[in-house]
Amino acid sequence: MTPDDFGPLYQRWLAGIRKTTDTLEDWALVGIKRRGAVLARRLLEDLGGSAGTGPAYGELDISLYRDDYHLQTGAPAVLGTEISFEVEDKSIVLVDDVLYTGRTIRAALDLILDFGRPRRIWLAVLVDRGNRELPIESNFTGEFFETERNDRVQVRLEEMGDDYDGVDLTSFVEAGA
Amino acid sequence: MNWNRKHLLGLEDLSREEIIELLDTAEGFREVSTRSVKKVPALRGRVVVNLFFEPSTRTRTSFELAGARLSADVLNFSGSSSSTSKGETLNDTALNIEAMGVDIVVVRHSCSGAAYQLSQVLGCSVINAGDGAHEHPTQALLDIFTIRQHKPELAGLKVAIVGDVSHSRVARSNIWGLQKLGAEVYAVGPSTLVPNGLSRLGVKVSHDLDEVLEEVDVFNMLRIQKERQERGLFPTIREYAKLYGLNGERMKRVKEDALVLHPGPINRGVELTPEVADGPRSVILDQVSNGLAVRMAALYLVGACGPQGGQVEPQRAAGEES
Amino acid sequence: MSKIILQGGRLIDPETGLDETGDLVIEDGRVLALATAAEGGAAEFLAEEDAEILDVTGLLVTPGLIDMHAHLREPGDEEEETIWSGSRAAVAGGVTTVAAFPNTEPAVDNEASAEFVVLQGRRAGYANIFPVGTVTLRREGEELSEMAGLTKAGAVAFSDADRCLRSAEMMRRGLLYAKMFDRPVVAFCEDSDLRRGGVMNYCKVALRHGLPGIPAVSESIIVARDIGIADITQGRLHIGQLSAAGSVALVRQGKESGVKVTAEVTPHHFTLTDECCEYFDPNYKVLPPLRSQTDVDALLEGLRDGTIDVIVSAHAPHTAEEKAVEFVYAPFGVVGLETLFCASYTTLVDKHGFGVAEVLAKLTINPARLLGLADDRGGISPGKIADVAVFDVETDRIIDPETFESKGRNTCFGGLTMRGNTVHTFVGGRQVVSEGRVLGPGQESVAER
Repeated sequence: MTPDDFGPLYQRWLAGIRKTTDTLEDWALVGIKRRGAVLARRLLEDLGGSAGTGPAYGELDISLYRDDYHLQTGAPAVLGTEISFEVEDKSIVLVDDVLYTGRTIRAALDLILDFGRPRRIWLAVLVDRGNRELPIESNFTGEFFETERNDRVQVRLEEMGDDYDGVDLTSFVEAGA
Repeated sequence: MNWNRKHLLGLEDLSREEIIELLDTAEGFREVSTRSVKKVPALRGRVVVNLFFEPSTRTRTSFELAGARLSADVLNFSGSSSSTSKGETLNDTALNIEAMGVDIVVVRHSCSGAAYQLSQVLGCSVINAGDGAHEHPTQALLDIFTIRQHKPELAGLKVAIVGDVSHSRVARSNIWGLQKLGAEVYAVGPSTLVPNGLSRLGVKVSHDLDEVLEEVDVFNMLRIQKERQERGLFPTIREYAKLYGLNGERMKRVKEDALVLHPGPINRGVELTPEVADGPRSVILDQVSNGLAVRMAALYLVGACGPQGGQVEPQRAAGEES
Repeated sequence: MSKIILQGGRLIDPETGLDETGDLVIEDGRVLALATAAEGGAAEFLAEEDAEILDVTGLLVTPGLIDMHAHLREPGDEEEETIWSGSRAAVAGGVTTVAAFPNTEPAVDNEASAEFVVLQGRRAGYANIFPVGTVTLRREGEELSEMAGLTKAGAVAFSDADRCLRSAEMMRRGLLYAKMFDRPVVAFCEDSDLRRGGVMNYCKVALRHGLPGIPAVSESIIVARDIGIADITQGRLHIGQLSAAGSVALVRQGKESGVKVTAEVTPHHFTLTDECCEYFDPNYKVLPPLRSQTDVDALLEGLRDGTIDVIVSAHAPHTAEEKAVEFVYAPFGVVGLETLFCASYTTLVDKHGFGVAEVLAKLTINPARLLGLADDRGGISPGKIADVAVFDVETDRIIDPETFESKGRNTCFGGLTMRGNTVHTFVGGRQVVSEGRVLGPGQESVAER
């Protein structure tokens, strides 16, 4: 995918999300740190105006909810979670860049539930690359990529210091099989 | 990620980057205490033992709560540390407790070197919660964390540690931590409790609080032990309070934005008069709540570097996956 | 009895100044003859049919070492050491004579106790064990011990071991009384108030670790006191285990002004510094403590200029359990009988260029004279009792406490590479160590090897 394709991809994704959020009253955008949060900030800007007062906004750091801490291979950096609104009974659109094994989303759902009981959670991901390890699916997907486990899918975002906005897919030949 | 230590024994061994990593991690934990469910699952299924050979309600409670907020099982074990009791040795006690499947031992002991000793004997992680007059790293970290909240730039900051520096593990850990972050540390107190030899640790020694009052940015007021007076190291509590206590009069002369810290429990009217302890420059209660975040950070970082130790590739750094 | 001939070694006898290659002949427990290679060696004896000949080419043949400061723990603390195990440790280190310190339980403060030590030494049958009697009863510093009885039973010196006589007046009486028996008083110099419960030297390591420090002045102030008392009494004062530069200067000054003062030092005090305590290892916890490099330099200077007369082991065995505790709680002391020579040789000869004879004098004839044993011991001239040690100073050895004969493993030299292995040891003409191995009962003959 070339950087030129990114704009249309994002617009398609945005339009899909807007269809639902336009019908929502008391809702929130929540991004998963760090690239999911960058995308959520973009969505907030693009969706914000249409919903009158605009959605509430928050960012999640799932490092404390990971399921691999016990493997003791070093602790992921704790970036901090920022949820300053009342989660109870809120409609929430959870935003991430890439959906892969589903483990991050599992962690993010647990994290949100520790703040209260939302009315409903939707999942919006820019890229779904398959290879799920948990039964989790996205409600709003920008694009689906057929990938192998060893492939790398990277969403490039200028806010993160990348040179361009885009999605990079790198295939790796299975080493040694 | 600048942390791959299995133990937290003291600040003297840590690099500047490791100290910053700990403080930054603690920053990320502060928010947990504001949630409706004040608990994260990070240390679920892990066992933390508070192995305290010296009474300390505050530090123990703080570690206990920190462990609980990380979903660890926390056990408290109080031992008596004495050379004469022909009981179980420190090593045996610790090994017996470890055999129950413990992941992290938090140890408090009256002897310098006890935490290091356990780190050599045990397979699990060891966090030093105070050993003799040696180190008390989490206390110093929470002090520094609190200072940093108010004064983000520590380099060049003048921090006075006032009181019995000679016998204080809090003072030593603060000296190492603050110096590594570029602060200038003063040791202030009577010459019998702040010997000039302390200047060998790179601190400015002063026996006159009034002399440094106007130049210091942060006052860390150590608790004075009545036992020192009884052993004849200074004449009376009254004279000590007069010479080294922070009172309203002295506060008029300190910098406008000076901070007052105290590791607690305060001897009101001795180290601090009530008006100073409860006054606008006091950050003593911040210290207590920050202590929780700092200890969560310590447990979290140390626990992740268990038997194998090592590093993980930051999960989401490259914008990839899950 | 047939002759034993040590052939072709480097014969060193600091008493006579001998330092030549040659043969040493032992007969009937005494040195019969020394024959240098230049004179053609002991050809006449070598020709004798029943002579037992031991080739010691390339090795040092010296008088057996005399360690005038060791704690053998018996009676009372036999789990730490017995006179039997301590004697084996001694000969394994080339030490043929040991002055056993009286801080036992009960203390050696009477004739019967001293006789017990002598008897146990004989039963063990390795080194010559001489008791040191206490200066005061039960080492309490209150009443003088019966020094006449102690002397009769064989005491070669008096000391309250690791207790400093708090009362200067008691020290005065002790020196005066011991003088009647021409015995030295070995003083442990420490002002316990100034020590302030210290566990290591007052230094930067102690400061950093928050460990209570023992200032050097706590030692030198008592050295000064005791030298002053020795001056007025003209008693024989021997300063035990010097550690501080200030103390060395005081002893030097005392000697210059004619006071009968002598002094000793241990290999660990002149080899190691307080920085060894960095990792809270109780094997570096000794009393007096390991000091600074400045102090070490002063000790070396004191050894060089003769201010320090004697090198001792201050052998202080402790069980592994006793030492496997918090540094603060661990008992003071390290073992040293088996490293006395190799540590002295490695530090002083190899590292600091001392002469071998210069070092050996402080391990043989000097302590022999101090203890009144020099007529028979401390040298290898013909007629002396054949206490002889044979050392290999060419082969490196890594100190491994697990190989010690002593029950104590608490060495501060573990893992260090040293030179000065004991190859053979003879006590009273009888071989007790052969090829580095302590011989068991019934293995006493060289012929077996």
